[in-house]
Amino acid sequence: MSTTTVSATTKWWSGGKSPFNVEYGKLMMWYFLISDAFTFGAFLISYGTIRFSSTGWPDPNKVFSSYPFMPEGAHAPLVFVSIMTFILILSSVTMVLAVHGGHQMNKKAVVTNLILTILGGLAFLSCQAWEWTHLHHEGAWWGSNPFLNADGTQSSTNFTNYFFTITGFHGFHVFSGVIINIVMLIMTLNNVFEKRGHYLMIEKAGLYWHFVDLVWVFVFTCFYLI
Amino acid sequence: MSNEVLHAHAEALTVHGDHHEHHHQETFISKYVFSQDHKMIAKQFLITGMVWAVLGGLMSVLFRLQLGYPDAHFTWLEDILGKWWVKDGRITPEAYYALVTTHGTVLVFFVLTAGLSGTFANFLIPLQIGARDMASPFMNMLSYWFFFTASIVMISSMFVETGPFSGGWTAYPPLSALGSASPGSKTGMDLWLIAMALFVVSSLLGGLNYIATVLNMRTKGMSMTRLPLTIWALFFTAVLGVLSFPVLFSGFILLIFDRNFGTSFYLSDIYVNGVGALQNEGGSAILFQHLFWFLGHPEVYIILLPAMGMVSEILSTNARKPIFGYMAMVGSMFAIAVLAFLVWAHHMFVTGLNPFLGSVFVLLTLLIAVPSAIKVFNWLTTLWKGNIRFTPGMLFAIGFVSLFISGGLTGIYLGNSALDIHLHDTYFVIAHFHIVMGVASMFGMFAGIYHWFPKMYGRYLNNTMAYIHFWITLVGAYLIFWPMHYEGLAGMPRRYYDYSTWESFKQFADLNKFISIVAMIVFATQILFLFNFFYSIFKGRIVTKQNPWNSNTLEWTAPIRPGHGNWPGEIPEVHRWAYDYGKDGKEFIPQTTPVGAEESQH
Repeated sequence: MSTTTVSATTKWWSGGKSPFNVEYGKLMMWYFLISDAFTFGAFLISYGTIRFSSTGWPDPNKVFSSYPFMPEGAHAPLVFVSIMTFILILSSVTMVLAVHGGHQMNKKAVVTNLILTILGGLAFLSCQAWEWTHLHHEGAWWGSNPFLNADGTQSSTNFTNYFFTITGFHGFHVFSGVIINIVMLIMTLNNVFEKRGHYLMIEKAGLYWHFVDLVWVFVFTCFYLI
Repeated sequence: MSNEVLHAHAEALTVHGDHHEHHHQETFISKYVFSQDHKMIAKQFLITGMVWAVLGGLMSVLFRLQLGYPDAHFTWLEDILGKWWVKDGRITPEAYYALVTTHGTVLVFFVLTAGLSGTFANFLIPLQIGARDMASPFMNMLSYWFFFTASIVMISSMFVETGPFSGGWTAYPPLSALGSASPGSKTGMDLWLIAMALFVVSSLLGGLNYIATVLNMRTKGMSMTRLPLTIWALFFTAVLGVLSFPVLFSGFILLIFDRNFGTSFYLSDIYVNGVGALQNEGGSAILFQHLFWFLGHPEVYIILLPAMGMVSEILSTNARKPIFGYMAMVGSMFAIAVLAFLVWAHHMFVTGLNPFLGSVFVLLTLLIAVPSAIKVFNWLTTLWKGNIRFTPGMLFAIGFVSLFISGGLTGIYLGNSALDIHLHDTYFVIAHFHIVMGVASMFGMFAGIYHWFPKMYGRYLNNTMAYIHFWITLVGAYLIFWPMHYEGLAGMPRRYYDYSTWESFKQFADLNKFISIVAMIVFATQILFLFNFFYSIFKGRIVTKQNPWNSNTLEWTAPIRPGHGNWPGEIPEVHRWAYDYGKDGKEFIPQTTPVGAEESQH
């Protein structure tokens, strides 16, 4: 998809062609992502509203201070979630490489990087599964919050309610992304895109994956940092 | 390219075969059920919408029976509807609230969203922009079948033991969140939420398709500023839907968690009679209202904009005059689409909202009057000194303008937070939104059906029945909703089961009876329309002219009964805007006519 073949004087909006020089699927993906951004936006704004109308809130540094096989008595605030975040960002990098490989019609690069992206996604999901299990063992779940507010007062259950709902919703997006990427991988291996002459589908899957990654940055900020 | 050339071309192509024509045998299933042809999907949306309109209208007749005849005993109803709905010849209170709720949900979402923009976006977008089909016919098909599934779930909620959801179409918690608070908030509410979630998916799939199609698939020469106003309207509608429904979806997810998983997003400090104090702490019921109305307000424009677009097109065609102020029309629709997202809290003036914040929302709300007035004046000036043909479609379009003005003016009252203290939750609100959003959009929909029926089915609707339908519906709509303004100003609250027990509202007993009688007459008239519709599909006068209304837009350059792919051979090229009526002594100049050398300014 090169813009160089079209002269600068082309009337993009006069009909007969796509004004953005993209095929419909990519346009739809962009609009879907805007739509999905509103879904997450609504969740995070709701979270903000409730949090700021509450008298107190648990300290994330105390709640999220554990990692697997941690020695007794250790205190590692936000270490585990930082690793999770790093894994997800790395998977975005490999996704970029897969898209790049697609541009060059380099099937091998696409396959390799898609596999890495899928592994990254699965690793993130596994980390999330561990974290949820760990919190559940501590007594946290929808409707039950064992953590006290930062000032030591009794906390409402909305800390855990929002945590599990929003990270769960995000995790579901990651899960869908992994499925999409697996489908892309199978299609690549079956030479579907080679025959089609372009790897546009990988680009669209890439848009989705980056979006999910971007959303995590906001979710991460809202739940772990603030 | 003129129509004659197209025809000749078509004949040549039938000999040689055309790549775009479907030669494979279409089965009943692939043609009528899982169709991917936008025209068939449009008809599916339309007919499903009509089924819903009948059910929703029938519900209103039933609860109007209770309101108009609070002391009467309709024992025969008990035999038809059963004991849950009617006891001792009276609609039970539970049934009354269930009817009011389902009537609202069904009319707002299933009829005036899916039935209206689902039908006409699907039907008109490809035909008017010059495309073979939607960007993704498959997603389009999915969109319908999600809607259909949502319909099935919604209908099934009418048959559960505890009854359908009965907490009002706005589904405010805590009532909607607590099964223990009302029988209607038990299984019925779960089904309601599932149906609405499926509906959101359907609307998202459809909306993405409409946007991508309008942007990407316009034929050569069809620049954005040559688009018929219908397409602009449907485009803005789709954008509104894609941006506002996800917020409602989030709100519903939180509500589902509150209902089923012990969370307290919307719940705090609640005492339920017979259950006791609930544990929930820290939530906010107002939060749901914000999430709901962030969709809810754009939703009224999702309903209204398609009607506005079609009315603009029909008025111009039948006044034989160019639409007045095309760019102003597009600009005002854009302004409406933007403002739609900035006014939601005017539904919440009396929730304890900060009065200063309220005043901001008053300002933004009243700002909507500006683009609305621009549109109204443009319609009136389009009609002014026009050579008007009073086709049924045109009558409904003019009726739309009338209703939009009448209903819009009361919006100025309600948009004031101070007046709203008195008027909120009264019949004044009911009157306002039924006229401006409900009936007006219904009129837009009827206008569209009467105008495009020849294109849809290759036959005309019967005009005599259409005129009867129009006059009774128009007069009836005013007779039903005008008196409600008085009741509302007198403080009569909405959603009450029986006003006869209230000293203050006894005076309205006769008025309520009158409204109920008119409502029944108007409902019966819609049955006449339905008869006309289905009779004419099979037996109506056959369309023999390719362009029966002498209209400029592209759909009339397609064959009378277009196949899958719309145009045999090449898609026509567009050379001008859609509104060259009465120009240079010519009655109309289709968009496909190239601009002549001696043509006056173009």
